[in-house]
Amino acid sequence: MSQPVARPLSKRVFLMGTCLCDAFYDDVARATVEVLEHLGISVAYPENQTCCGQPAFNSGDWAASRKVAKHTAEVFAGEIPVIVPSGSCAAMNRHGNPLQFEENPDPAIDSLATRTWEIIDFIFNGLGIKEWPGAFETPTRIAFHRSCHSRGTDTGKAVRTLLGTIGNAEVIPFGEQEQCCGFGGTFSVTFPHISGRMGSLKLDHISEINPDLLVGIDMSCLMHLNGLATNQGRQIPHKHAIQVLRDTLPATTPTPA
Amino acid sequence: MIGIQPIEEYARLISDAKQHSVIDGASSGTEKRYQVLHGDYPDPDALRKTAAAIKDHTLQNLASYLEQAESSLLASGAKVHFAATGDDAKQTILSILREHGVTSITKSKSMAAEEIHLNPFLIENGVECLESDLGEFIIQLDGDEPSHIVKPIIHKNRREIAETFRREKIAPDYNDDPETITRRARVYLREKYMAAQGVVTGANFVCADSGRIVLVTNEGNSRFGMAPVPVHIALVGIEKVIPREKDLAVFLNLLGRSATGQQLTVYTEFVNGPRSANQPDGPEHFHVVFMDNGRTDVLASNCREILRCIRCGACQNVCPVYRQASGHAYRSNYGGPVGAVLSPLLFGDRFPELADLPKASSLCGACNEVCPVDIPIPDLLLRLRDKAKREHVHSPAALPMGPFATLATSPSLWRTAMTMSKAMNHLPIDVAPIKPLQDWLGQRTLPPSRGGEFRRWFKNRKSS
Repeated sequence: MSQPVARPLSKRVFLMGTCLCDAFYDDVARATVEVLEHLGISVAYPENQTCCGQPAFNSGDWAASRKVAKHTAEVFAGEIPVIVPSGSCAAMNRHGNPLQFEENPDPAIDSLATRTWEIIDFIFNGLGIKEWPGAFETPTRIAFHRSCHSRGTDTGKAVRTLLGTIGNAEVIPFGEQEQCCGFGGTFSVTFPHISGRMGSLKLDHISEINPDLLVGIDMSCLMHLNGLATNQGRQIPHKHAIQVLRDTLPATTPTPA
Repeated sequence: MIGIQPIEEYARLISDAKQHSVIDGASSGTEKRYQVLHGDYPDPDALRKTAAAIKDHTLQNLASYLEQAESSLLASGAKVHFAATGDDAKQTILSILREHGVTSITKSKSMAAEEIHLNPFLIENGVECLESDLGEFIIQLDGDEPSHIVKPIIHKNRREIAETFRREKIAPDYNDDPETITRRARVYLREKYMAAQGVVTGANFVCADSGRIVLVTNEGNSRFGMAPVPVHIALVGIEKVIPREKDLAVFLNLLGRSATGQQLTVYTEFVNGPRSANQPDGPEHFHVVFMDNGRTDVLASNCREILRCIRCGACQNVCPVYRQASGHAYRSNYGGPVGAVLSPLLFGDRFPELADLPKASSLCGACNEVCPVDIPIPDLLLRLRDKAKREHVHSPAALPMGPFATLATSPSLWRTAMTMSKAMNHLPIDVAPIKPLQDWLGQRTLPPSRGGEFRRWFKNRKSS
């Protein structure tokens, strides 16, 4: 999952809101818009967007997922960056799509791949904002789950660094951070026992450091972890990194997670 | 139809003791690898990518490097054999042993030999065959199967091993002190080495330029095995050839660190042909059997990167699914991520039966991240899922994706579904008669749907 050398930047971007934000986590998409606008970027949200197609892609039904990918490429046609508040959907655009089109490359698919940015990567590496001008009201110990789709990309480092620059924030390492939370989309459906065990181990490691806040860059991981934690009677306050950035800005009204 | 995955089933049924052994062994392996590799190299990724490039270059020119290796081996006095299939390899080895009148051998650990079930074949054909690697020796005593590439008994604990030694009369009594267990195995094996007439080893590398084969062990067992016998046969997968001896600088530095977190294995042996006139001991006859057994098919496939593998087991150690299910769940000698790619490809006629293996992954990519030769295992798993779908291989993990694609390419239907999903908050979906949904919701609470909320907010904001 290598990063291309140069990706287009502009003051106007598309938001790819992700299906999970469409269905459950509207505030994450909203935070993405609010932060981008705070940074002087104008955001377009194409109405016809649906899902990146990853469920079909990961299931091996590439005939189905190619259709969805082509739809997505069409919806986001143009020159401007496509910003995604999800490492996983970003990885689908940037890596998964070229993989499933490797035998029949498609310029629209390649263009989407080149223009897609995970939101924190965009802020940190694209816009070059290396320090976040925000602060928590009280000292906040953060557990950052890096999310597997950020492996081999610049996102993990970007989030860890940026979170660390927020006033009153401390990012605390926990055990076996390289381990997956066990969600994996359809994997959690077809391998429910293994997925649940993986999630519980992750929760154990996170609980050990007793964080004030669990931060991720994929609502899928957080949905799975929080869903397990709730059933196990554990309380883990959690937010997407972009919500943290928005909520610590002095200029905006914090929204509860 | 959605049924229970074999690997999921293994994970459900695994005993606590076995699970603890696997998780402890695997996670300590991951940690040691990280400390040593990252402690010694400021940029291990550069080293991994160099190793990958050397392997890719070799694989792209495999025919010529094999020819070069053959000439170099012949020049050093070795005999060289090529086996197209596992059966050919077994027959070749048996006839070499018969030609030299060998009826008793020791065998050092070899994944290639495990792959073709060499031991049972030789035993059936009247050759006494003793595994000399401690782990493999215990596996042999128990009639068990190895469950890890470098730690075949990762699934066992010392109490089980002590009991095996007592039961098999390797030891006079039960003693589960690891050092005592090792000492007792050593005493038992020493005599066997001296009594054997031949030795079969694998090879970690074959250097095309020098014709030397390289073996790494931590127990010195292959060296012991070679010293007192007249006949040495090395069984080698054709992908084990490397261009130059100096490439070992890259591979040996990566192999020990990736496998066990050792800077170098305890023994690194270079076999430079049969015993020469001025050498006091060692085999007078040295045979190298190059085995294909499906490898050229893999080379021709879109998963050829898996042939870079140097069998370090780092992907197994780090894999969360392997940790939960154990290597046995993968139903071949190659467990974990590497096995999930290699087994369905190598054992081509077993593809339908093994097509579930590539699905047993959350595609987290930890395997790729630790791989010393940077194999993009998640990509290969995905290509194999695509292959299974295209070849209509039935799999219990096949969720129907047609309806999803229809929905996801029909924007107005999609928006309606999102709005509808919010209405479904008031429906008791957890009692819907859909088994996977029930299983999922049995463990997790789904957040309330807020379908369409973001779209409404965004639109209203613009209009206001």
